[in-house]
This record gives sequence, C-alpha cells and structure tokens, in this order.
Amino acid sequence: MINKSQQVEENPEGYREIEITIFRYNSGKKDDKPAYQTYKLIETPGMTLYIALIKIWSTMDHHLSFDFVCRAGICGSCSMVVNGKPRLACKTRTEEFPDGKITLLPLPTFKHIKDLSVDTGNWMNDMSIKVESWIHSKEETDIAAIEKPIEPDVAQAVFELDRCIECGICLASCSTKIMHEDFVGAVGLNRSARFAMDPHDDRTDDEFYELIGDDNGVFGCMSLMGCEDHCPKELPLQTKIAYMRRKMVSLK
Amino acid sequence: MKIIYTDALIVGGGLAGLRSAIAARDKGLDTIVISMVPVKRSHSAAAQGGMQASLGNSIKGEGDNEDVHFADTVKGSDWGCDQDVARMFVTTAPKAIRELAAWGVPWSRIGKGPREVVINGKKETIVEKDEAHGLINARDFGGTKKWRTCYTSDATGHTMLYAVANEALKREVEIHDKKEAISIIHENGICSGVVARDLITGELIAYVARGTMIATGGYGRIYKQSTNAIICKGIGVAIALETGIIELGNMEAVQFHPTPIVPSGILLTEGCRGDGGVLRDKDGYRFMPDYEPEKKELASRDVVSRRMIEHIRKGKGVKSPHGDHLWLDISILGREHIEKNLHDVQDISKTFNGIDPADEGEKGWMPVLPMQHYSMGGIRVKPTGESTKMKGLFCAGEASCWDLHGFNRLGGNSVSEAVVSGMIVGEYFAEYCATTHLNTNTFTIEKFLEEQKEYLEEILSYDGGKNIFDIKDRMRTIMQDKVGVFRNGKDLDDAVNELEELLKMVKEITVTDKSFCNNPELNEAYRVTKMLKLALCVAKGALDRTESRGAHYREDYMKRDDENWLKRTLATWTNPNDTMPTLHYEELDINKMEMPPAFRGYGKKGAIILNALSEVRETEIEQIKETLGKVDRFTMQEALLSFELPNNYKRKNERVGVGYD
Repeated sequence: MINKSQQVEENPEGYREIEITIFRYNSGKKDDKPAYQTYKLIETPGMTLYIALIKIWSTMDHHLSFDFVCRAGICGSCSMVVNGKPRLACKTRTEEFPDGKITLLPLPTFKHIKDLSVDTGNWMNDMSIKVESWIHSKEETDIAAIEKPIEPDVAQAVFELDRCIECGICLASCSTKIMHEDFVGAVGLNRSARFAMDPHDDRTDDEFYELIGDDNGVFGCMSLMGCEDHCPKELPLQTKIAYMRRKMVSLK
Repeated sequence: MKIIYTDALIVGGGLAGLRSAIAARDKGLDTIVISMVPVKRSHSAAAQGGMQASLGNSIKGEGDNEDVHFADTVKGSDWGCDQDVARMFVTTAPKAIRELAAWGVPWSRIGKGPREVVINGKKETIVEKDEAHGLINARDFGGTKKWRTCYTSDATGHTMLYAVANEALKREVEIHDKKEAISIIHENGICSGVVARDLITGELIAYVARGTMIATGGYGRIYKQSTNAIICKGIGVAIALETGIIELGNMEAVQFHPTPIVPSGILLTEGCRGDGGVLRDKDGYRFMPDYEPEKKELASRDVVSRRMIEHIRKGKGVKSPHGDHLWLDISILGREHIEKNLHDVQDISKTFNGIDPADEGEKGWMPVLPMQHYSMGGIRVKPTGESTKMKGLFCAGEASCWDLHGFNRLGGNSVSEAVVSGMIVGEYFAEYCATTHLNTNTFTIEKFLEEQKEYLEEILSYDGGKNIFDIKDRMRTIMQDKVGVFRNGKDLDDAVNELEELLKMVKEITVTDKSFCNNPELNEAYRVTKMLKLALCVAKGALDRTESRGAHYREDYMKRDDENWLKRTLATWTNPNDTMPTLHYEELDINKMEMPPAFRGYGKKGAIILNALSEVRETEIEQIKETLGKVDRFTMQEALLSFELPNNYKRKNERVGVGYD
C-alpha cells in the first residue's frame, strides 16, 4: 500500500512544469553554507506556493523548512521574498509567473532560522510592547453593564486598521528598517494610529510622542512607501503614518 | 538538561490560553505561555463570522438572554452537552464580549433607524431602536433563535486574538514560541509540567509549574479535507492521552462545516448564510427550504452538512475535477455589504478561485462542500476545567471536552467558548496555581526528559524504509472516506483496522535527516504517531456508538438513542504499547437536566428513541415551576439547575430596555 515516493510525477493532463529555486541555509548548523536548490514540479490548476512547497517537502525534500499556519492569508506566517518581492506565499498563485520560474528567499530583516523560516514572533512581541499596543484607559469597566456606545463609523474605521496581521512584509519592504534595527516600521506606526483613533483609549498626543516621537518611530520614516505598495491587507499605511507624523510634529 | 520553573504554565497561545494567562497574571503569578507558533498566528485568528453572546442590542436580538442562548446551545449539542457548563458559559459570554470591547475589539456597532437586510432570500427593512445606537451589533447564525453573533466584519477571531494577546503582553506574560510540548510530567496523578521541544534548536526543555493548562486547540488535520490551520494536529490532546491516565471525551464528535470553498478547504464563514446567502445546486435551485422548511440554510451545521451530501447523492451536485460540490450564493447581499461585512470571504474567493462573490448571478457563486471543521471532543475536564483524572492539569478551549458542545457546536460558540473558558477555567486554574505548592523532584523531571530523548533517538534509529508522509496521507484519506459526515459499521471497522496497522507501521519508517535541530521530518514522525492515536480514538468511538447524535451520523443506526446512548465516550491509552484506545462511558443524568432531551426543532423528524426519564424529568420540572409560582427567571433557573461561577461572573447582565431582568 505504501510505496517509496514517486521519482517521476505523473502528468496525464499535460500541465506545465515549473521550477522553484529556494534559498537553503540552516542557521543552527555549524559550517553550513548558503546555497540555492532548484526543484521541478508539475503545476496543478490553482496551485499556490503553499501547495507547491508542501508538495516539495512531502515528496522531494523532507529537510526543507518554511512557516505556514492558516494557508488562507489570515495569519501572516508565510511571508517570503518571491521573485524579488515580499509576499504571503499562501496567497501567491504559481500561474502568475509566465516563465514558470520562481525564486524564493526568506523574509529579510528578521532573524533567520532555516531556509524560508524566520523568527517574526519575538520581534512583533517586542514591537507591541514598545508602542504599547493596547488600550490605555483610566475608566473602570463594569463588564456586566451595557457597553460604552461607539459611533458605527468610528468602530468601522478602527477595524480597518486592526486588520493588520503582523506579517512583516512592510518591514521587509522598508529601507529605514534596514538602517535602523529598532525602527518600529509601518506595522508599529499603524498600531499607534489605530489606538489614537479608538475612543476607548485616553492617551494624549504627548503620550504617543513618548512612544513613537523619534527616529525609531514616526520620524524614521523616509516616505518611500514600500510598505503600502506590498501590504497584503492593503492598509492605508501612507495616510496613517502621515497622520501620526502631523500629530507629533504639531507638538514641537 | 534545561529546566524552567514557573507558577502557571500554559501550553498553547490561542484565545483560551492567552485569556487564561491573563487570569493567572492578574493573581500575580509568574506565567509562561509556550506555543508552536508566534501566538498571534494561532488558529483562533481564523475564526471569521463571530462570537455568540446574548446582548440583545439589535432589534433582531430583542428578547434574547441567557435562557435563550442556553436552549439553543443544548439543542445544538443534540443533548450531548453538560448543561451545568452551558449555563456557566451563557452567563459569562455577555461579560466576555464587553470586556473585549473595553480592550479595544472594534465590534461592529448598531446605527439607529432603518437598515436593509436580506432574510430568507428577500430584502427587508428593519428599524433599530434609538437607545441601541452605538451598541454592539449581531448577525444571524445557524441554530439560533435570535440574532446573537457579534462580529468584526469576517475577521472576528483575528481582532479578538490581537486584543487578548496584547493584553497578555501588557501584563508581562512570558511568551516562548516555537516550542512544542511533547509529554506531560506527572507522578501519583498530579501534573507538574511538560517536556517541550525547542523547534529551532531541537533542545528538550522541562517546563515545571504548580499548574499546567493545555489549550492547544483541535485535531482537524487528521482529516484530508479540513478548514483547520496546518498546526491543528491535536498534539496537546495526544500527550494527555499518552499519560495513560487522562481521559478524552467524545472524540467521535467531529464537526463538518457546510461551506468551505472547493478545493482548498478554506472556510467561508457561516456569516455568509447568516447575512442572507443561500445554497444552490447544479440547476441553480435553492434546495435547503425543501429539507428544512423552518430553519432552511440556518439549521445547525451537522444538519445542513448532511442535507447537502444527501442532495449531492440525488445527483444534484455540480461536477468538477475535485468531485461534486454545491454553490454558495451571496451575490444577493449586494457589493457594498460584501465589501464591508464579508471582506475576507471575498478576498479568499478571488485569490484562490478567481471568483468575485459580489458579481451578480451565477458568475459570483462559490463552490462549496462540507469538510472537517471543529473537534467537539478533547480532554475530559470537570466544570472547573481540571482533568477528571489528573490534578493540576487543566484544559480550555477546543482542546477540551468541557463539555459545552456535546455532539454539535453552534456557529459563533467556538471563539466564544475559547475566551469565556479562558475567563472561567483560567480563574479556577489561577486559583489552583496560587494555592498549590509545587510537589515534584528533579529525579522525576529528569526521568521524563530522558524518556523523550530516548524516544526521539528511537525514531531516528528506525530503518524500515517507509515514509512518514505516506502514512500520514493514508491516515487522512481513511478518516476522510470512512469516518466522515455519513458513517457505517463496515467502513468504521475497516478504518479502525487500517489505522491500527498504520500505527504499527510507524516503527518501519526511516527518517532521512538524523539531526535534532531544525528537522521538520523528525517533527512529522512523532506528530503523525500522536495523530494516529487520536484518529483511532475518533474511529473506534464512532464504531462503538451505534446511534446517530449531532454530527455523529450512522447510516446503520439512524436514530438518536437516548435509551442506550445518552452518555459520553471516554477514551484512555492504558499502556504505551497498546495499539488501540480503551473505551468506557459516562452517563448523562437526565434527572439533573434543566432541559430534558426532546426534538431539536430541525433535522429529521421521528428519529429519536426517547428515554422514559425525559418525561419523568419534564413532569418534575412542571411541578417545580408550579410550586414556585410567579418568580423571576433567575430564581426559577436556579431551582432547576444550580451552578457556580468564580470571580463574580454569575452576576446579572444588563440589557437595553430590560435592565438587569
């Protein structure tokens, strides 16, 4: 019933063959040398990079490492550089590439683990603590009582910014981040903008200034806007960074 | 060997785990959360449609309260749930949602005055009350009497998880991600932590704590087609089973969601139908009203999934290279509604299928088919969330069999359970950790570490040439084909035998990469072994349960049999070398029920063998009601079923127009 994996893929439908070239390096292994490895596989209809990589891993190379969780564009785990652009691999369809040649690199600016796997969790946690990514309120909430009313449009506007999935693509697209290790990036500034708009949060502009009013915060941004160009959730990062910067500039 | 000590240890960083961590920190306890992935990547984030809580703000939720939510949940469970737990849950859910609002979850809010909605395929105008303006809105969901499912567009789990995760960071909960618990440390029936594996370095670490909580979610990935994230392998549940002591409850109770998209299996929320979307067959015909005249597309998930397969079996499915499917049509809701309230559904459909569901008519219909979605079964715990068999080991959320959902969970009750159990069980857990001293020694801890080291070395030494990926594929196919929506004795028997063979076969694999560090092949080898044990619990539980209840449907025993089967399956793995779980049963006591078993109000009529005690209890309830006379609903409820809650969670919830009544 169970055979060794097939060496030659069957292809009765005559689908095209694609070539996926992957950066290989194990940061945890002494003397390991970075290298590229190319895999050839049959492109099935609707194939995404998730499907392709799972296929490579389970049938061709069990040693390959990458990070997928939801495989539906919701969790932000699988960011990587696809033919030069940072993207969510699970939402990238292989048919987008007419020559069938795809090169995959791990997401830059994060600590590299192995192959396409990087450490985003610790960075995002630190960023969240740095910008104090939570509601600040002096009000005591009685959770048995009717909730505080919020204008529907305001709730909707906060939601739009709350859609960020901390995938790290904005950082991988950002020149400031490459120069300033501690730059909180569009992801951090968007979190500040989100709380600045939230009626539950009583922080003043001065208090936000304490958190993001420097070169690692809103004044670090050079307005190149690679973040907005690549954001998979299409968040209005340009407008929101500008909004926070105007707020912060007007204080001094 | 590395040993890390803490007061409260939580395995799993989804909603249930993180909310429990907050409860522990609020008691001043040192708290560590370990997680396989960064916590904000947990599968809670994928919950789309919403969270049930009986706020009753919207005009379509008017009259809603704990009693209505309770009745819906019990019926939904096909009387398999623990009614004490259901009461605890419905009483706390409104508080949970209000706490989350204060933590910044941007719940969709009500605008006063008229608004257009789609009900039963037709546009209608409803008028929201002035006093409800700005309060939390709710949408319709399956199996509910009122519009009760509160939401943030279709990214509800995401906004909830981020709010709770950030509150945990604010409270300095220590988060250790890329760590996987692979065994539970215990002695004399008391848990004192876990052995975890660092998924980067491969190092084994003993996390030692006064109390340990498992909150690792479901085990949907034992099925070939599942909406679950690829991390939902049930490892936390499996390591509990492997203690040989802890019981798993109702593992055969597996939910199949009606509308994952074909072929990727990515979920399209029940909110699609809640907001007025309909199911259509190959002729474009809306078939659900023929089967379920009252609830139509919004019967409970088990019923809708069965009706869909039934309809496909009549030849009404749409042919495709991936097999037959049906259509989900939300185009009737209009582009504006979809782009605002079903944003991710539109994104998923466009990205993965090239279909814009806002396009009018056939062009916008999305291909759907029932697939595995939720695990009602899990670690059997008491209402406090502590294991029935092991002290100091708690469990919350989908990993548990608390047992809120019985044989079918209602849509909107999962993230709700996750966060509510994080409050309730989290509180009991924190109390336990605050009042218990660590009682173990390094000899025991090192024994468990050593055992795991030897086990991993054993896996690396296997040399039979077989491939763990093939074994996994075969397991998932068996579960898909033989332990699915419709089940029968022959297939289940085959499944049990084949799964047992596969479990034995694991010793014949070869892991080609022999290193401990960064080795995804080794991860797969021990995970699949654990998944096979869970799969066996599911299949064997389903084989032995000769009745149909909720999501467990036997074509050879088509009736719900309260006479013989009003009981919970309990599975243990008595000896490490066993290749089959040991099953026993826990009776549900009708005499203690607030709502004795009856017809659910949807699904096939006349398919119940009622237990005589149902009527006895019904009469008794009538008598209690008569004796008490005119009393408020709280006094009445207390007389029928008395329950406890910690932390003042039992106090009354305020609602628009009715105050605290």
